Amino acid sequence: MAKITFETALKQLEAIVKEMESGDLTLEQAVKKYETGVEKVRYCMQILDSTEKKITQLTRDLDGSVTEIPFDHE
Amino acid sequence: MAGHKTNHIYSVSHLTREIKTLLEERFPFVWITGEISNYAAPASGHSYFSLKDAGAVINCVMFKNQKRALKFSLENGLKIMGLARLTLYEPRGNYQLIFEHIAPEGAGALQKAFEQLKKKLDDEGLFDPVHKHPLPYLPQKISVITSGTGAAVRDIIHIALRRFPGCCLQIFPVAVQGDEAQEEIVYAINKVNYLQQADVIILARGGGSLEDLAAFNSEPVARAVFASQIPVITGIGHETDITIADFVADVRAPTPSAAAELVLPEKNRLVRHITDMQLSLSLGMTQKLGFLHQKVDDLHSRLKSPAQIMANFKQTLETCFFRMQHALNRRIFHGRDKLSWISQALFRAAPKVRGQQQQVDDLQKKLFSATKARLDWRTNQIRQAAASLGALNPASVLDRGYSITRTIPGKKVILDAEQVAVQDPVEIILSKGRILTRVERKIDGKDHI
Repeated sequence: MAKITFETALKQLEAIVKEMESGDLTLEQAVKKYETGVEKVRYCMQILDSTEKKITQLTRDLDGSVTEIPFDHE
Repeated sequence: MAGHKTNHIYSVSHLTREIKTLLEERFPFVWITGEISNYAAPASGHSYFSLKDAGAVINCVMFKNQKRALKFSLENGLKIMGLARLTLYEPRGNYQLIFEHIAPEGAGALQKAFEQLKKKLDDEGLFDPVHKHPLPYLPQKISVITSGTGAAVRDIIHIALRRFPGCCLQIFPVAVQGDEAQEEIVYAINKVNYLQQADVIILARGGGSLEDLAAFNSEPVARAVFASQIPVITGIGHETDITIADFVADVRAPTPSAAAELVLPEKNRLVRHITDMQLSLSLGMTQKLGFLHQKVDDLHSRLKSPAQIMANFKQTLETCFFRMQHALNRRIFHGRDKLSWISQALFRAAPKVRGQQQQVDDLQKKLFSATKARLDWRTNQIRQAAASLGALNPASVLDRGYSITRTIPGKKVILDAEQVAVQDPVEIILSKGRILTRVERKIDGKDHI
């Protein structure tokens, strides 16, 4: 699957569910939609879970560059 | 002329009207400064108050329409500067100021600068909705440009982790007030855009006075926000604080916490939504398969084998045969019925023929007997006639003693004496034999024997 945004994947998933619920599909179409739908679910869940808990801080060095270091917020 | 005036007597209305005209012509508009007292705001929405200084008091009013433009509230003790018309209210005979515009005295300079910059940037189109970028639906990395210490950054982190555990925040600490603030904020915005790591920027600051928020009301910050290719959401100060940066930002949140809420969706709800859809998919598929299964079963049950088709034909054939037979039977039965009916009718008509035959027989008998009777009668008649005829036979008369006299010659039967002369020969015929003699004498007339 080409890299698409979470929102796009979610909208595609919603559209697929709607289509499946309408019941106008042939079996072949339904199976194909189902497979695509499951793929989208997996993709969306993967994005939701992939963002690890990470809070960083950018620090400005003397030479004008920035460095990213962990941010201690506790 | 002065003498005329002293003699002139005014009515109250007339004099009041002249004073009113005099006042309004002399002071059409005035700028005035003073302190508010006796402030009252009845339900009408207009404001009534007095403006005073150390030496005097003037009644004032500001109508609802003009009040709408005010960016602060009027209250007792507030020192103000404003533009007003002087007018006289005739029914009460007092004069008053009707304010068109009021500004708090002293706050003027900063406020004026704010308004001017706002107007300038607005005119340039920096606030135009067409330039607003939409926020990403689910940001992968959020750059937070704010003070590294203080409530704002803590609130944002707190809200972000609550809504979306595991989200990625990148804090870019900057000074948010003071001389450095403006430059640091501009640098941070540019740098985040240069790094291209974050897909949304939160520009935040806790509440403060107009002076504290100066950096966010500065033109460089406004232009940096406008130039940012990454969507910027502002969460500056409290609900009521609106800065120039807020106007330029793609989205304005009333507070730093609200900014975090707007940027991040709730992970729980997303997960639930996706799980629900996954369930719908499975359910939909199961239902679809179940439906198709049923349909195939149904069709299968309706599919006919050749044997069944033959059986059907056979049944049809039998039915036809039965119907044919039945029809035939019915027809025979009907014919028999009809025949019986007709023969009965015939039978009923038969006595009439027999009667007529009897009549014929009778008539025949009658004819026979009648004929016989007539024949008998005729026979009898003939027999009688024959008897009569026998009686009349001359021979039989002769037997009883009678005789016949005939002339000779001529042999004529003599019935009259005249027929003969005396001495003529005559022949007398008797029953047995004849006598030949001569006429002796004749006697005329008829004499009975």
